Amino acid sequence: MIRLQGISQVFRSRDGARVAALDDVDLSVASEQFACIVGPSGCGKSTLLRLVAGLIAPTRGTIEVGGRRVDGPREDVGIVFQKPTLFPWASVLENVLMPLKLMGRPTASHRQRAMDLLEMVGLGGFETRLPGELSGGMQQRAAICRALIHDPPILLMDEPFGALDALTREEMTLELLSIWQERRKTIVFVTHSITEAVLLADKVVVMSARPGRIVSDLDVALPRPRSFAQEGLPEFQAVAASVRASIFSRRKGGADAR
Amino acid sequence: MRADDVDDDDDLPDRRATLARLARASVPWISIGVLLLAWELCVRGFRIPDYLLPAPSEVWSQTWALKAAVAGHTLATLKTIAFGFGLAVAISLPLAVLVTSSPAVAATVYPVLVLVQSVPKVALAPVLVVALGANEMPRIVVTFLVCFFPLVISVAAGLLSVPSEYIELCRSCRASRWRELVRVRMPCAVPFLFSGLKVAITLSVVGAVVGEFVAADEGLGYLIQSSTAFFKTPLAFGAIVILALIGIVLFQAVVAIERAFFPWSVSDERFRD
Repeated sequence: MIRLQGISQVFRSRDGARVAALDDVDLSVASEQFACIVGPSGCGKSTLLRLVAGLIAPTRGTIEVGGRRVDGPREDVGIVFQKPTLFPWASVLENVLMPLKLMGRPTASHRQRAMDLLEMVGLGGFETRLPGELSGGMQQRAAICRALIHDPPILLMDEPFGALDALTREEMTLELLSIWQERRKTIVFVTHSITEAVLLADKVVVMSARPGRIVSDLDVALPRPRSFAQEGLPEFQAVAASVRASIFSRRKGGADAR
Repeated sequence: MRADDVDDDDDLPDRRATLARLARASVPWISIGVLLLAWELCVRGFRIPDYLLPAPSEVWSQTWALKAAVAGHTLATLKTIAFGFGLAVAISLPLAVLVTSSPAVAATVYPVLVLVQSVPKVALAPVLVVALGANEMPRIVVTFLVCFFPLVISVAAGLLSVPSEYIELCRSCRASRWRELVRVRMPCAVPFLFSGLKVAITLSVVGAVVGEFVAADEGLGYLIQSSTAFFKTPLAFGAIVILALIGIVLFQAVVAIERAFFPWSVSDERFRD
């Protein structure tokens, strides 16, 4: 479904120096697969998502989605950011319908769908509220509905639960799993949390920082549906340990090389 | 009976809160009252002549005596403010959109704006009278010039303050620039627009009076000039008080409009983190 080949991304920093955000990254995510990208800050995880979304163009390499080369923003992608980024002037319902309005499509026919989505994430009855009246977790749920409104086959999530407290975060993780169970999508999910990655993903991609490279690509064969109870199982621990090992071994190696 | 008890319990803190709010609201009035009283007593006690510093009671009685004329002048000033401020709003909003539309336009227009802003409007007023004639136009133009710059700057800042995620959302939905402007940039600029409007409405009163000082046969600025020329200081004070009231009322009107139509803009979550 998603295939990145030899992707390098170089940014020019403010003082004119060239900063390599990504270096020769190869990655493929199968259709309806749940891929988590884990790595330290500055490893180019967010850049990777923006490349797949077509929001930025790679310096080198090619990206294909569904067999077609990505050369600009694409409508078959839903994006969830770290912050909910709902529009404070629009009601929850209007916010969920916003992508359609921005695309210039009619929204009347999607009203019911928006309501259903909100119902699914437990926001039924909050349609007319303004985002400012909702808690952070509720806002992020609405943001997920917004990303799903045009039923995109691909969902890109950039540390969507990073700004939430630990309890809400666990709740949202389970919520996302059940949404994915119900409506299969190809998901690329960026996170800092190893537990979150292992719990959610079919495959965990570990990245290193400066320049961003893929260190390892691990398949998670834990049975679904998943729950936090699995966290104590040896299989879970084994996967988490190998993810952790590849993050930290790489870090040490990088420090030695310097 | 029990229900009544509960009601009473609920009522009591409510009533207390209302009283506390009333007490808090009355503090400014009490302090103004004390100030006026002290002023009155000083003027009478030290026998300060009227033309130097009139007592509040004298200001009131002399202004009230000419109430029809004063009302006419007030109306004239309000008209100048309305036209000048309206013109500023009508011109500055499209101008702000234009300035933020591209770096090239910004580079062209900004220096001109800064140049216009750097010229003291008081200095410009007599020249405008020569150019536009001794009618109300120079007054309106001065008012416009005084209050349009802060409006353009704040609205332009608002249009550019859009969080990058909003823009990415627009781009990922392949929204046209027009749709991005109308659906995202403009609403984002509303809080900035209102902070600009609050500055501009206050300045517009200043602008109108400056215009009237230079060339006018009516208006509160003209009233101040003409009455001080004949040492009718109490009347000048009366006009000043009315100007202050106009400033306060118009400012509060802007605040009320923001509260009524854009409540989300008043307590904006975005500025908390």
